Amino acid sequence: MIEVNDLVVERGKREVLRGITCTIPTGLVTGLLGPSGSGKTTLIRAIVGVQIVKSGTVTVLGEPAGSASLRRTVGYVTQSPSVYADLTVRENVRYFAALYGLGAAEAERAIDDVGLASAATQLVGNLSGGQRSRASLACALIGTPRLLVLDEPTVGLDPVLRADLWAKFHALAAEGTTLLVSSHVMDEAGRCDRLLLIREGVLIGDDTPAAIRERAGTDDLEEAFLRRIREQVPA
Amino acid sequence: MILLATTGRILRQLRHDRRTVAMLVVVPVLLLTLLYFMYRDAGTTFDRIALTMLGIFPFVIMFLVTSIAMLRERTTGTLERLLTTPMRKLDLLFGYGIAFGLAATVQGVVATGAAYWLLGLSTTGSAGLVVLVAVLNAVLGVALGLFCSAFARTEFQAVQFLPVVVVPQILLCGLFVPREQMAGWLEAISNALPLTYAVDALAQVGRYAEPTADMWWDLVIVAGAVVAALVLAAATLRRRTG
Repeated sequence: MIEVNDLVVERGKREVLRGITCTIPTGLVTGLLGPSGSGKTTLIRAIVGVQIVKSGTVTVLGEPAGSASLRRTVGYVTQSPSVYADLTVRENVRYFAALYGLGAAEAERAIDDVGLASAATQLVGNLSGGQRSRASLACALIGTPRLLVLDEPTVGLDPVLRADLWAKFHALAAEGTTLLVSSHVMDEAGRCDRLLLIREGVLIGDDTPAAIRERAGTDDLEEAFLRRIREQVPA
Repeated sequence: MILLATTGRILRQLRHDRRTVAMLVVVPVLLLTLLYFMYRDAGTTFDRIALTMLGIFPFVIMFLVTSIAMLRERTTGTLERLLTTPMRKLDLLFGYGIAFGLAATVQGVVATGAAYWLLGLSTTGSAGLVVLVAVLNAVLGVALGLFCSAFARTEFQAVQFLPVVVVPQILLCGLFVPREQMAGWLEAISNALPLTYAVDALAQVGRYAEPTADMWWDLVIVAGAVVAALVLAAATLRRRTG
C-alpha cells in the first residue's frame, strides 16, 4: 500500500526525517507513534504528498506520493482541524463532498459516522475542540477513501468518543481501507494492528504490538517503547 | 462543478458574517455622502470625484477582504487540505473571483444607485457602465489580493500590502493630479498601474453619452491585469511546501 524508501526531509537546517524506510500494509490500522517533535507529522505530510523531501521515495498505491490520481483515493486529516470555522458542520462536509462530486446524502453519512448529527447546523467556530476535530474527520471520510491518513485524530476527545472512533477505524479497515493514525498517547498503540515507532526522525520499531511487547519482555507498550529507545541509544 | 461549489462555499461564509455584508453595502454609500457634503458648493467637482470613487472603493475593499480570506485559507490549513483533493488551483482562484465579484455587483449597484438618485450624481454616459467598471475593479482587487496574500504570513503583514499595492495606484491614477500634468517618470509609472485605466474608463463614461473605443480598451487592459494577477496567484499556490 505505502512504501517509504530511505526518506530524508529537512526543515530549515534540521534533518527532521533521517532515512526512514518502511512499508504500510493494506487493510490494516497502522499506528505511528513517537514523542512530540519526532517527525510524525512530517512523515505523514510526505505520504500525503504535501511535504518537500530532500531524498528518498514515497510510493502510495503504486504511484509517487502526491500524484494527481491519488487525490481521489487518499483522505487526509491534519493535526489542527482544517475546516471553515465560519461555516456550519453540514456546510463544511457538503463542500468537501462536492469536491469529490458527491452529494448531500454522502455528507450526512459522514456526519453521522463521526457522531455530529446533532451539531450539524452549528457553526464550526462555536464547537468544542473535540467536535471540531470530528468535523474535520468527517470531511476526510467522504467518498470512502482507500487510504486514510490521520494526524492525531483523537487528541482532546473524551474516552467514550475515542473508543467509538477507534471502533470506526477498525470497521473501515475491515471494509478494506488502509489507515495510518499518528498518536503520542501510548494507550492508543495497543489498538493498532501494526506500529511504527519513530524518534528523532529515525524509525526504531516496525512490528505488531504483540511482537513489540514480546521482544521487550513487558506487557506495557510504553515500557516497551522506552526499552527500545535505550537499546538504540546506548548510555 | 467544483468551481460552482467553491463559489457557493465562499458566499456562504460571507452570509454567516452579517457585519461584513452590512459594511460592504453601507460603507461606500456613507463615504459618497461625505463627499457630497464636502463638495456641495464646488460645482461639478463632486461628479468627477464621486465617479472615480465608485471605481476605487470596490477595488480597495475587495483587495482587503480577499487578502485576509486567502491568508486564512493558508494559515488554518484548509488550503493544504483543498490541494490534496481533486480541486484544481484555478477552481479556487476563480471561485474567489466569482464570489466576491457577485458581492461587488450588489455593492456597486447600491453605491451607484445611491450616488445617482440620492446624491444627484450626473454623468453623460449610463449608470450601467459605471457598475460594470466598478465590478471589474472589484475583481481586479480580488485578483491582486489573492496574489499578495502569498507574501504575507500574518494578518498584520497582509493589511500592510494596502499601502504598498493599492495606495500608489490611487495617488497616480489621475484623481489628485491630472496625468498629463505629471512629471514624465510619474506618468510612466501611472501607465503601468491597472487602476489608472479603470479610472480613465469612468472618466469616459462621465464625458460621453455612448461607450467609447477608449473606454473598451481601458476595460480590456484592466481585464488583462486581472488574468495576469490570477496566473501569478496560481503560481504561488504550491501543493508541496517545506
